[in-house]
Amino acid sequence: MCGIAGYLGDVRSEAEGRAVLGAMIGAIRHRGPDGTGIVAEEGIGLAHARLSIIDLAAGAQPMASADGRLEITFNGEIFNYVELRAELLARGHRFRTHSDTEVILNLYAEMGPACVERLNGDFTFAIWDRPARTLFIARDRMGVRPLFHTTRNGVLYFGSEVKALLAVPGVSAELDPIALDQIFTFWFPLAPRTAFKDVLELPPGHTLTATADGRVAIRRYWALDYPDAADADGLDQRPDAAIADDVRALLEDAARIRLRADVPVGSYLSGGLDSSLITAIARREVSDRLRTFSVGFESAEYDEAEQQMAMVQALGTEHSSILCTTADIGRVMPDVIRATERPILRTSPAPLFRLSGLVRDSGFKVVLTGEGADEVFAGYDIFKEAKVRRFAARNPASTWRPLLLQRLYPYLPRLQNQPQAFLQSFFGRPEDAADPLFSHLPRFRTTAGAKLFYAAETRRQLAGYSAMDELRSLLPERFARWHPLSQAQYLEAGHLLPGYILSSQGDRVAMAHAVEGRFPFLDHRVVEFASRIPPRLKLRSLREKHILREAAAPLLPKTIANRVKQPYRAPEVAPFVGAGAPAYVADRLAPGAIAASGLFDPVAVGRLAAKVSRNGEVGFKDNMAFLGVLTTELWLDAFAPARSSAPPRSVAAA
Amino acid sequence: MTIEQRVTGFIRENFLFSDQATPLSPADSLMEAGLIDSTGVLELVAYLEQEFGIAMADADIVPANLDTIAGISAYVSRKQSAAKAA
Repeated sequence: MCGIAGYLGDVRSEAEGRAVLGAMIGAIRHRGPDGTGIVAEEGIGLAHARLSIIDLAAGAQPMASADGRLEITFNGEIFNYVELRAELLARGHRFRTHSDTEVILNLYAEMGPACVERLNGDFTFAIWDRPARTLFIARDRMGVRPLFHTTRNGVLYFGSEVKALLAVPGVSAELDPIALDQIFTFWFPLAPRTAFKDVLELPPGHTLTATADGRVAIRRYWALDYPDAADADGLDQRPDAAIADDVRALLEDAARIRLRADVPVGSYLSGGLDSSLITAIARREVSDRLRTFSVGFESAEYDEAEQQMAMVQALGTEHSSILCTTADIGRVMPDVIRATERPILRTSPAPLFRLSGLVRDSGFKVVLTGEGADEVFAGYDIFKEAKVRRFAARNPASTWRPLLLQRLYPYLPRLQNQPQAFLQSFFGRPEDAADPLFSHLPRFRTTAGAKLFYAAETRRQLAGYSAMDELRSLLPERFARWHPLSQAQYLEAGHLLPGYILSSQGDRVAMAHAVEGRFPFLDHRVVEFASRIPPRLKLRSLREKHILREAAAPLLPKTIANRVKQPYRAPEVAPFVGAGAPAYVADRLAPGAIAASGLFDPVAVGRLAAKVSRNGEVGFKDNMAFLGVLTTELWLDAFAPARSSAPPRSVAAA
Repeated sequence: MTIEQRVTGFIRENFLFSDQATPLSPADSLMEAGLIDSTGVLELVAYLEQEFGIAMADADIVPANLDTIAGISAYVSRKQSAAKAA
């Protein structure tokens, strides 16, 4: 796991090319502190910051093919490289290293761009094909590893993080108002858009081919898919037990190949079903005592230490935990925003930023995680919520159907006191039933409350724009034919997962501490298999991840396998209000500061700040608006200081 | 200030936040306008009980009484006159 960067185009001289590459890769050195490499020649440059994990001695990059035709810079891992290497050897390919990098080179030499279809991994790589004078960039199916690009003066620049692009002379950060509006609706910009104007993301499952004469082609090679609801043959109709057995076998293999590394691999352990299952599988595969890591909170409302310790005892792992205090969240938030490179509306990336620091300090570079199970096997509350809302909407006159809504969120005490009539009108409007975004409307509408704080100029720039309409227009044509649960899963797994979970809460906060996360649930074989499991077996009545629980049962203590999902949450506004609030909060939200950066209405922001100070953790809507405004201001500080009103950074005295 | 003015002030200050542009008329649905989310209702009830010295029974916490400024004002004045009559 590493950071990559490069360019294609005329940068005047090789020396200048090397200087640009040095600056680009230097900006993302945190991703790969073990070494850097640069290759610059006429019209092309590739750079690499290495985190050594496989073939520590010989895996340096950029790496050339034996015949010198190809040159690669690669971020990530190819988990099936052992099998691919054996196949390639059998077909006469030669290898000089034991790295997965060289496997990609040989596979590309044989298959060209189609090589991505054989790769099981989390990757972005760029291959320069010298004879063809073509640059080929690919990104993994689910979007675990990132890739951003921009074009300036006819030169295509790319990098693992936007920071690498901002190191290019002439590239500066400007907040894209449309991206802001999307973040204030969905929590993330819709790929390929990023928070940075004129900087694009290569979407998951896509490749980019660019030629020296300036042509760029972006193609999709893989897409999430589900069977039509009406097509019973599209679903796996075998007995439940047979399906559960296959799920378990696939996950065992997915975890097994994700333990491949020449450094020790640890595991995150939250105490929930998903990470417990992955940890249970991993423990049987590793010869040493497995190392596990978790994050704890001061408040019992968020903390899962009890469940974590139960699993640690059941599995006999060597466990380390880090306490993430409310004050820690406030303290690290500016660093978190530098890592996420976008405003965020939840604090949940902050504890994971702390956790990756613990992993790094413990001498580990690689961890398995249970992330992805909720998307692939339908674990999130939003799936249950949508099911109940649909059920209630089918008979609007029923007074008892909406009562089910109250049972959805047992961990939200305030919701238990909700008057039924209001719950019903909040969760269900008659006209919603036909909306393709049905499952997510309450979340999107609650999030969109943050738009109340736009300044008049921001409103003017966004006049006539609807983020939800844009998302509707991006849905595949076959979406309408899918089962409602599949539709909701698509919105989570196809959009929120790469847009937020794997990026702001995943790669960016882990790589800030040079830690690589690996995700057995996101092995494409698991994802493809799960898409054909009948929806009734994923969400059985209101039992989430039913089939996964069945699959996990032989491997886990009963209490864990049957535990109702506790969503991962962290204190949202408490870290930023009251006596312990970091000084930057008052600075950033002062009326003069808000007016100077110009995006938000200073009076409205002042009232919101006063309200959350007065009330603390009150409601999602206010919490998200407060964090959205605050982190947008922090984003400006970090990336566009000219726009921000932050006091100029003092230059360290010589 | 009338009940309606006081309620409008509270809603502007706590749910709408802004004085600019956004019109707010007594008949607008607060839920449909996205001004009150599921926890906003509880904030509104707490405000009405404190500000107007009334007690709201669970059965009273329904959209007819709370979803528009006009509905809220009418409900509060009904409660107040009932209290005086008692």
